[in-house]
Parts: sequence; structure tokens; C-alpha cells
Amino acid sequence: MSADLAVQAAQMALVLLLAPALTGLVRKTKARLTRRRGAPVVQPYRDLLRLLRKEAVLAANASWLFRVTPYLVFAAVWVAAALVPTFAIGLLLGPAADVIAIVALLGSARFFLALAGLDVGTSFGGIGSSREMMIASLAEPAMLMIVFTLSLLAGTTSLASIADFILGHDVGLRVSLGLALAGLVMVALAENARIPVDNPATHLELTMVHEAMVLEYSGRHLALIEAAAAVKLLLYLSLLACLFVPWGMAGPGAGAAAYALGLAGYVGKLAVGGVLLALVETGIAKMRVFRVSEFLGGALLLGLLGTLLLFVSRSF
Amino acid sequence: MHGLLFDLAHLLAGMMLVISFMLLYQRAMFGVLNTFALHAMVLAAAVACQALLQDAPHLYITAGIAFAFKGLFIPLALHRIVQRLEIHRSVETVIGVGPTMLAGVGLVALAVLVVLPVTARSAPLAAEDLAFALSVILLGLLMMITRRNAVTQVVGFMSLENGLILAAAGVKGMPLVVEISVAFSVLIAFIVFGVFLFRIRERFDTLDVHYLENFRGERR
Repeated sequence: MSADLAVQAAQMALVLLLAPALTGLVRKTKARLTRRRGAPVVQPYRDLLRLLRKEAVLAANASWLFRVTPYLVFAAVWVAAALVPTFAIGLLLGPAADVIAIVALLGSARFFLALAGLDVGTSFGGIGSSREMMIASLAEPAMLMIVFTLSLLAGTTSLASIADFILGHDVGLRVSLGLALAGLVMVALAENARIPVDNPATHLELTMVHEAMVLEYSGRHLALIEAAAAVKLLLYLSLLACLFVPWGMAGPGAGAAAYALGLAGYVGKLAVGGVLLALVETGIAKMRVFRVSEFLGGALLLGLLGTLLLFVSRSF
Repeated sequence: MHGLLFDLAHLLAGMMLVISFMLLYQRAMFGVLNTFALHAMVLAAAVACQALLQDAPHLYITAGIAFAFKGLFIPLALHRIVQRLEIHRSVETVIGVGPTMLAGVGLVALAVLVVLPVTARSAPLAAEDLAFALSVILLGLLMMITRRNAVTQVVGFMSLENGLILAAAGVKGMPLVVEISVAFSVLIAFIVFGVFLFRIRERFDTLDVHYLENFRGERR
């Protein structure tokens, strides 16, 4: 019990510490790929510290909702990230680590952020919120369909058990798993406002989605929202690593060496994931907002196909 | 090792199905041609896998034909045709991309429903492979009826034929003569298509087959 508590506490600290470094790594790799020098990897930490020290400016007609939203969003995303097994499977919150619970936590964070975007009443916030909701209404069914595929395969919706299933059984190369992986990557790109759907590097552009919603925030509020965005990116990469490449994670009750190995493996997986994300983002162009529905429809389709094929192989 | 190879052949068949959907999703003409080349190359890999699995050397020839003709020669030739006819703007669809994809999922479900009772006594993965092949064939047909431009209809036809080869490679005992004659008849069909494309273009100044309907008196 106390060991589980220690692992859980270590993981909560770890996701918070690693998230800005991951964002920094993606930015640095993107800069190097376009032959710029780029800011150092630790730049996001400095940005967060600087923002925390600055004064938070509120619009005259901002309500209490606008002020509490950054805390709500950050808390929801942090808890969701704490539920995903990263370097060890045995977590204290393991029994609660349900994929559907994680989807719900992220959904509520997004709901409050969209409300806050509407709260001040600027046109940019409204545009951002409406587009964010459009993307969410398409991304969430796709995400749930992918979750159903994996749960049908493993017979459970608990993340730790799914990872255990893939580790323990000789699953082999399943077509359904391949389809779920492709679909989840597409959903992750959309949910994190990455390039084919939204451009994370712009301010004040008519096509932006996430940045438009948080345009009115400043100071410590903005720091919390930026940290939440970084943790969310880390969460999706951890989810992909946990579901599709769980090898190297320390089992429940393992020794210190296994934990160290799991930690090193996890950092390695994150680095590979971050570099791959930068490669994808550099390689393709942002699509028009109205094509996002087709992109996410494709993700939904992949999930649907995966579930369908699972029923075919199950019926024998 | 044998099990992994089996899984790999199966996974490649699944990838062909996904690439068929990518063909339906593409909007740019060159995107369609590149995706088609990918389709044929994955087919070649899948057939080579089957050759290794079944220990059937003649399937390597089939894989080679698929790779050389369909993966390289036909896409390159279509590229040249599209450039010479100057039609590389965008693909005109009869119905939108979303409804087409939905119809595609319906067709996959149909293929699964048809294949299940027929293959009740065979191995589960063989049934799935047959379902994939049938789905690829049906999606090729769907692509032919939902595209207005004659070049994309040719691509639909070729992807349909890829599905046929996938189905044939999965079962044991297909003679080499049949495979080679199918491959060459497709090549001849492609040449006939090419000639027709230029003739249609000369006659009507467009490759939109919608105009042919007017010409035949089927006005809507």
C-alpha cells in the first residue's frame, strides 16, 4: 500500500516535471528541422516561471468562472495524467484508472475552458470556443470507439489491465490494434491542437483554435493553462506508450532496479514520441477548418473498423 | 516466427483496406495516384508474405508483377497522362467525402456478413483475409461510381483488381498461368483506358463522364 502510494506520488511529480521538457523538445526539434537554432529545451520552464511572477490582468466584465477555470483545467488534466501508468503499472489510483474516466476528465477540462473563452465576450474567444467544441464533438466519439476496440480485446476498460494483457499474453500483430493505434494518433493530434488541425505556434491568426480561447488570460492564469496544455500532450504520449508499447514498465511490487529501468524506458519513449511528433508537424501542412470533420471522421472510421473486425475474429 | 509472419500477412491485408479508404478520402489528383501506388506496393508485400508462408515460389512472381506494373509503371503513366491533359486540380465527386466513407463502412460490414457463413469451417484468420479482399473489391467499385473523372475511375478499377489478387493469393493452388494472364489483361485494359481518355478529351474537351450521359441522350 505504502509502496503504491510512493509510486503514485512519484508519478504525479514526474508528469509535472517532464511535461514542459517534452514541449521544449518538440519545439527545439521543429526549429532544428527548419534550420533554425530554436530556444533551448528548458525554455518552457523559464516561460512558466516568468508568467507565475507576473501580475494577472482581468477584463472588467470577467466573472468568477473566468478566474477559477485555470485551476479547474489544470487540476483535471493533472489528475488524468496521474491515472495513466507511465513507468510502473502498480499505482494507488490504479483501480480508478479507467480509460472512460480519463476521457471524461479531459472533456470536463475542455468544457470549462470553452466557457471561459465565451465569458469575457470578445469575438476571438467566441470563435475559439465554437471551433474547439466542433473539434471535441468529433474527436470524442472517435476516442471512445478506439477505447471500445481495446476494451473488447482485453476484456476490461482499466488501463493497467489492458497494458498487463498486452504484456502478458502473446497478442501478436492484431489488425484491430493497428487500426486503433492509427486512430488514436489522429485523435491525439486533434486534441492537443497540433498541426494538421491547429497550429500551436501562432498568436493572432484567424485560423487558430486553442490560442484564441485563452487569449484573454495573463500572468499565473496563463501559466496554469500552458502547463495544463503541456501535461495534456504528455498524457496522450504516455497513453500511446502505455497501450501500444508497454514493454519495460515495472510490474506491481517490483524492485528498485525495475523501477529505474521503467523510468529510463519511459523517458526514452517520450523522447522518441516527441521527435516523431515534430517530424509529422514539419512534414504536413495545416488543413482548412472545414476539413477537420473529415480528418476526425477518418479516426472514427478506424475505430469502427477495428471493432467490426474484432467481432469477426471473435465469432469463431 | 511462423506465427509472426502469419500476423504480418494479415496486418498487410488490413492495411490494404485502410489504404482503400484513403483512396476514397483523397481530394487531389496526384494524391489519388500516389495512394494507389502505395496500395499496389502493400499488395506486393502481402503477396510476398503469403509466398513465404505457403512456400509457393510462383507467388513471388505475382508479387513482382504487382510491384513493377501496378506500383511503378501504371502510376507513373497516369502521372504523365494527368500532366499532359492538365487535369491535376482536384477530384470531382458525385456525393461528398463523408457519405462516401459511411457507404464504405456499410460495404465492409456487408462483406463481413457475406463471408462469415461461407467460411464457417475454415481458420478464423483466413475468413478475415477473405473479408478484407472482398471489402477492397467493393470499395474499388464504390470509388468507380462516386467519381466523375475518368482517371479516378481507372484508379478505382485498378484497386478493385488489387483486391482480386489479394483474395487469390490467400487461398492455395492458384495456377501461375491464371495470375500472369490476369496481370497482362489488366495492363491491356490500362492501355485501352489510356487511348480512350485521350479520345474522350479530344471529342468533349473534358474528362468528366457526366458529359457522356448528355451525349447519349440521358439528360437529367
